[in-house]
Amino acid sequence: MTTNSVMRVPDPARAAAPDRLPSRRGDRIFAGTARTAAITIVVILAGVSLFLFVTSLPGLSGHNEMTQGKSFAAWVAPLLFGTVLASTLALLIAVPLAIAVALFISHYAPRRVASGLGYVIDLLAAVPSVVFGLWGSTWLATQLKPVYAWLATHASFIPFFKGPASATGRTMFTVGVVLAVMILPIMTAICREVFLQTPRLHEEAALALGATRWEMIRMTVLPYGRSGIVSAAMLGLGRALGETMAVTLVLSVGGGISFNLISPSNPATIPANIALNYPDATGVGVNTLIASGLVLFVLTFAVNAAARAVLARRKDFAGANG
Amino acid sequence: MSLQPATREGWRNVPASRGVLSRSTAPAVLAGSLVAGAVVMSIVGFNWYGVALLAFALNLVGIYTLSRRVEGSRKAKDRLVTAVISSSFVLAVVPLVSLLVTVVANGWHRLDIELFSSDMRNVLGPGGGIKHALIGTLLITAVAALMSVPIGVLTAIYLVEYGRGRLSKLVTFLVDVMTGIPSIVAGLFAVALFSIFLGLGVRIGFGGSVALSVLMIPIVVRSTEEMLRLVPHELREASYALGVPKWRTVVKVVLPTSVAGIVTGITLAIARVVGETAPLLVIAGFTQSTNTNIFSGRMMTLPVFVFNSFTQPGSPRSEGIDRAWSAALALIAVVMLLNLAARLISRYFSPKTR
Repeated sequence: MTTNSVMRVPDPARAAAPDRLPSRRGDRIFAGTARTAAITIVVILAGVSLFLFVTSLPGLSGHNEMTQGKSFAAWVAPLLFGTVLASTLALLIAVPLAIAVALFISHYAPRRVASGLGYVIDLLAAVPSVVFGLWGSTWLATQLKPVYAWLATHASFIPFFKGPASATGRTMFTVGVVLAVMILPIMTAICREVFLQTPRLHEEAALALGATRWEMIRMTVLPYGRSGIVSAAMLGLGRALGETMAVTLVLSVGGGISFNLISPSNPATIPANIALNYPDATGVGVNTLIASGLVLFVLTFAVNAAARAVLARRKDFAGANG
Repeated sequence: MSLQPATREGWRNVPASRGVLSRSTAPAVLAGSLVAGAVVMSIVGFNWYGVALLAFALNLVGIYTLSRRVEGSRKAKDRLVTAVISSSFVLAVVPLVSLLVTVVANGWHRLDIELFSSDMRNVLGPGGGIKHALIGTLLITAVAALMSVPIGVLTAIYLVEYGRGRLSKLVTFLVDVMTGIPSIVAGLFAVALFSIFLGLGVRIGFGGSVALSVLMIPIVVRSTEEMLRLVPHELREASYALGVPKWRTVVKVVLPTSVAGIVTGITLAIARVVGETAPLLVIAGFTQSTNTNIFSGRMMTLPVFVFNSFTQPGSPRSEGIDRAWSAALALIAVVMLLNLAARLISRYFSPKTR
């Protein structure tokens, strides 16, 4: 739309004075506004950390009604354990699936339908987490119940499946599956993106040497995308760690630390614990919950920072690789 | 892939290659496995998961042995992996389909006019609706968008058009950090902020807007930044060459060129935060009545309504659960419509490339 006016020869008098005063003032105002917006973000984030920290201080000493008399560390440790357990489980399920789905879309599906299939997976990302919670606690839990019963009778020698099997199906394992489904879209999207960036010449060289499609993928696509897969997994982990509503709705909480994935009594996660207890919390209980939120913030921050670092290293690497 | 011979004859012409399965073999093996799975399962007790699992296993074994005999072990492995990867995609679609079916099946029969025209004030048992939650979601999300769109777009402009030094590096880093903030932490941040003025038990709709802004700003910045970087540099340079000041270049050349992409990004950001439950649960709280004042008192929102109605359905339980599913259906519809709108905007309003 601008190309027409651009082609006209400029009026020499105007072109000679690009630094006229009014325009420079306009520039200053505009640049200043943009800069202010950028600074606002710095202020907001500094505010987040500062306010969270200050408000959580009274809760950090523990030994109150919320922590049931325990110290803060003793209270938050099982929650932290539950959070990490649920997320690890989700990651174990989601990583192979995400790689396979991404490969299917990038290298197996016919070109014409590939983007449509990608959109189908992206639809999963559009579903609100509370709806995932409803689905997980009713449909999925019901479907998995017989599996738990079978595992409890036949595989109880494995500590993860010790039983007794949950009668509702609302177990740590169900949570892991729901979280895996929830982080699948973002991980698939990143893997897909990285797989598509594999240098065309590498792929064609492999095929020209007589490699089958799978050999080509193993020799060119996967090595090239390795760091992308790692960062996708870590971003997915970051999401899973902070996921609240799905866990709150699905998990039947018993507290304590337990590796038993199929029992009716499971360790809670930090975000689910906040969502469950916050509505009725008062006084220093609120501070304690906010303090556990701060722990979660630090954890997700570390995971995300690691993911970004891997991605950034990849950028340098990809640049050198052409 | 593109170098693979287009026809089977192409492979045949390569002297070293062995025989090759016909194109219809793989689908035939799959169909056979499905039929066999169904037959076996109807003998031992029918069950859809059993059919799927059995067919999956039979398909793997069938295609592998067949291909190994005709095409050799390398080709056979390739076909095995193809079968596994294609099955993974089907597996990934199962949750989506079952979720949509579950929500529609449970939600449609309470999807009446009363659901949208009444709130939950003095409702015991049947009846009642989500009017208060719809109003709350609309107000809180709108105010959040009003706050985050200017900040987000201007920050992106700063990063792309002006930012060079330390500040831009810091802001880029912080935006990355913000994308990773768990939604409940954003809610707690709003609590911490407003408790300074209003005490620890604070529940206020505007706090919900602040929390959603924290989640929305990084999405808006990222997508806008991406769109601004797509604007060809020649357009800017042509404008500078005409003596147009930089700010007018940005406003009159860069922004109009990228406006479709920016609006798409904003719509997707709204779709993302409109379903957020956790932050609103802690800062906006829940209530049974309609509250149109965002600056005072508790405010119900659609996702919190779903959660609240599902976990505390009241009596009789089925009425509350039904309302939760219907509200979930309405929520999914809103989010999907926003996503659709974003697609349409980017398709019909992006600049025509010649």
